Amino acid sequence: MSGASGHAANHGHGHDDHGHGAVHGHGSFKDYVTGFVLSVILTAIPFWLVMGDVIGDKLITGVVILGFAVVQIVVHMVYFLHMNTKSEGGWTFLALIFTVTIVVITLCGSIWVMHHLNTNMMPITADDARHAP
Amino acid sequence: MFSDTDLQRLLFGRLTLADIPYHEPILQVTFAGVAVGGLAVLAAITYFRFWGPLWRDWVTSVDHKKIGIMYVVLALVMLLRGFADALLMRSQQAISFGANEGYLPPHHYDQIFTAHGVIMIFFVAMPFVTGLMNYVVPLQIGARDVAFPFLNNFSFWMTVSGAVTTMISLFVGEFARTGWLAYPPLSGADMSPGVGVDYYIWGLQIAGIGTTLSGINLVATIVKMRAPGMSMMKMPIFTWTSLCTNVLIVAAFPILAAVLALLTLDRYVGTHFFTNDLGGNPMMYFNLIWIWGHPEVYILILPAFGVFSEITSTFSGKRLFGYTSMVYATVVITILSYLVWLHHFFTMGSGANVNSFFGITTMIISIPTGAKIFNWLFTMYRGRIRFDVPMLWTVSFMVTFVIGGMTGVLLAVPPADFVLHNSLFLIAHFHNVIIGGVLFGMFAGVNYWWPKAFGFKLDQFWGKVSFWFWTIGFYVAFMPLYVLGLMGVTRRAQHFDDPSLQPWFVVAAIGAGLIAIGIGAMIVQFAVSIKNREALRDVTGDPWGGRTLEWSTSSPPPDYNFAFTPVVHQLDAWWQMKARNFQRPVTGFHSIHMPKNTATGVILGVISIAFSFAMIWYIWWLAALTAVATLVVAIAHTFNYNRDFYIPAETVVRTEAQRTDALAVAGRA
Repeated sequence: MSGASGHAANHGHGHDDHGHGAVHGHGSFKDYVTGFVLSVILTAIPFWLVMGDVIGDKLITGVVILGFAVVQIVVHMVYFLHMNTKSEGGWTFLALIFTVTIVVITLCGSIWVMHHLNTNMMPITADDARHAP
Repeated sequence: MFSDTDLQRLLFGRLTLADIPYHEPILQVTFAGVAVGGLAVLAAITYFRFWGPLWRDWVTSVDHKKIGIMYVVLALVMLLRGFADALLMRSQQAISFGANEGYLPPHHYDQIFTAHGVIMIFFVAMPFVTGLMNYVVPLQIGARDVAFPFLNNFSFWMTVSGAVTTMISLFVGEFARTGWLAYPPLSGADMSPGVGVDYYIWGLQIAGIGTTLSGINLVATIVKMRAPGMSMMKMPIFTWTSLCTNVLIVAAFPILAAVLALLTLDRYVGTHFFTNDLGGNPMMYFNLIWIWGHPEVYILILPAFGVFSEITSTFSGKRLFGYTSMVYATVVITILSYLVWLHHFFTMGSGANVNSFFGITTMIISIPTGAKIFNWLFTMYRGRIRFDVPMLWTVSFMVTFVIGGMTGVLLAVPPADFVLHNSLFLIAHFHNVIIGGVLFGMFAGVNYWWPKAFGFKLDQFWGKVSFWFWTIGFYVAFMPLYVLGLMGVTRRAQHFDDPSLQPWFVVAAIGAGLIAIGIGAMIVQFAVSIKNREALRDVTGDPWGGRTLEWSTSSPPPDYNFAFTPVVHQLDAWWQMKARNFQRPVTGFHSIHMPKNTATGVILGVISIAFSFAMIWYIWWLAALTAVATLVVAIAHTFNYNRDFYIPAETVVRTEAQRTDALAVAGRA
């Protein structure tokens, strides 16, 4: 637990001292520029896809844009939040895994639950009822 | 008063004199009581010249110990309000049969059961839990304060603001009539056009900010500020359960904030997230609020589990049986608590496969919980058990909680739930686990750590009186509700037609009366103990033969907690230090770096009350003004660089010398 032991010297207060022993992961100027350039590119491509109607199919465009959004999130986490598997003694990565788990449970669970609710409970036409299983 | 109604609307929004319910006799009496009591408190503070110390040492304090005590005081005060609601409900239901309509009209009764639920969960259980964690966790991990001391003070005052906002609804306007989770469409603008639901929304939003921030604070404290040598698996078990609880808080409370924000939009600007028409879906509200709501019940119970673990091992004189399995059980519960939310609305109609998934995950949660029960039993097995008051609460918890847990597993079976949903069986079940689990845990914790906080033990006799009346009162009050629930009686009914049900409700009302005696005895216990504090004094700082680091320092601990940061080699660090004849250092003290008190937290709290009041009553000028004021005060605070000071080495030397003398006197006696 490098994060804990590094704290022994400074008397246990959350002041602005950065004397903790663990890897801190403050980014360099180069990191910020790389992140900024990547973000701009990842924003410009979806913008172009929509404005130029490049793909033609709205659904596929939407999915592609969502893909770019995910990459964008990763870029922000790596270059602006300085997250990697080792920073803060691994705690940020652990927190990320937990967060992703909870978000996936919440989103997938809600969609699953509400989809079944819709199928089972929403009013249907007489014709649908005749063909229902 | 105002001839110009436009001007009145501009100044006071929808607030008029007619909104003050001075025509209701019950509220008149309550108001008179509150006013007289409040004036008496104010007069006492003035008489004892306590205003200065109150402001300097408590209100503006960033000391985790003071804040923890203030949280518990808030919880106890709100417990009286919430319990008064309970007495009203039990007595109404005991008499309201046939031609007798009772004394509470439906619109008033509905507000009471809503207020009871909201207050008991958000302003009794939550402050209780947060207060104990705040007080104990930094001491247990050998830290001098939490990671963000100012944030701690701010969180507390936001919680108080939420409580005050909720209490204002008693005398100005009304409270929600929707039940404690304010389900739409009933809580929507069409069905509840009044201010009740708005009081609910803003009270919870403000308090929720406090809870979330204090969760972040305690996670950071536990992760970053443990004493050297205290690896994760050497953390005291209460600290472990606190860590898991605060992780749950950080992950769950934003969901509550979001779902309440969506409901706010529905009510204020006419969106259709949860309406019946125009694409809205009220069941989405059920879904979202229970994704917060189920982790919430584990947020409450996990710290109580921690308290019981500490107490069982201390009062059995043994190390906790199965520490590792206890930790894993806690972590497993933390994760599983996110996978069960649908069991609160099996009857919604998601179908068999969805219901069976959530039924099974719910039953799985009982496995780690059962493991914990066995760990406590094995800890007691062949121990030298001392049945002091904290241990009595613990034993009562084990029996009561097992019953509550079993009815919970019963409710987890979807077909059974279709019969029992929204019945009094459910009410009996969750009171069984929340009173028998959370509340008993908090009372055990108060009895256990009171000597640490104030330097003297609590009175045994009145503690036992309180314990027995609470325990017996609980069974008398809630076992009849199980029976009634099985007979199909639904919750939240203001009147009954079937006279054969009445005896059960009368018994339940008697149980509530016994609990009232239990609460009274607890107040007497505090008063008697404070009066006899010299006789009950403990100077050792370790009255129970404790095992964890909080017992290594004096009682009450000095402002800086530990003159030297302790070094940890084992689980139960203090026990091990005692076993090795640890000698307390008496020389070589340094000055100690500490955070300074600040009034920013309480100022923001007061502004938040004004803001929520303005939003509730549509007083837009005040809402805009207070919103700007919040930003200005918060930003101004960031320019305050005068935040810390050093306790001079001489002060530390003097404080520690006093303790050395006290210990020497105690050693001779």
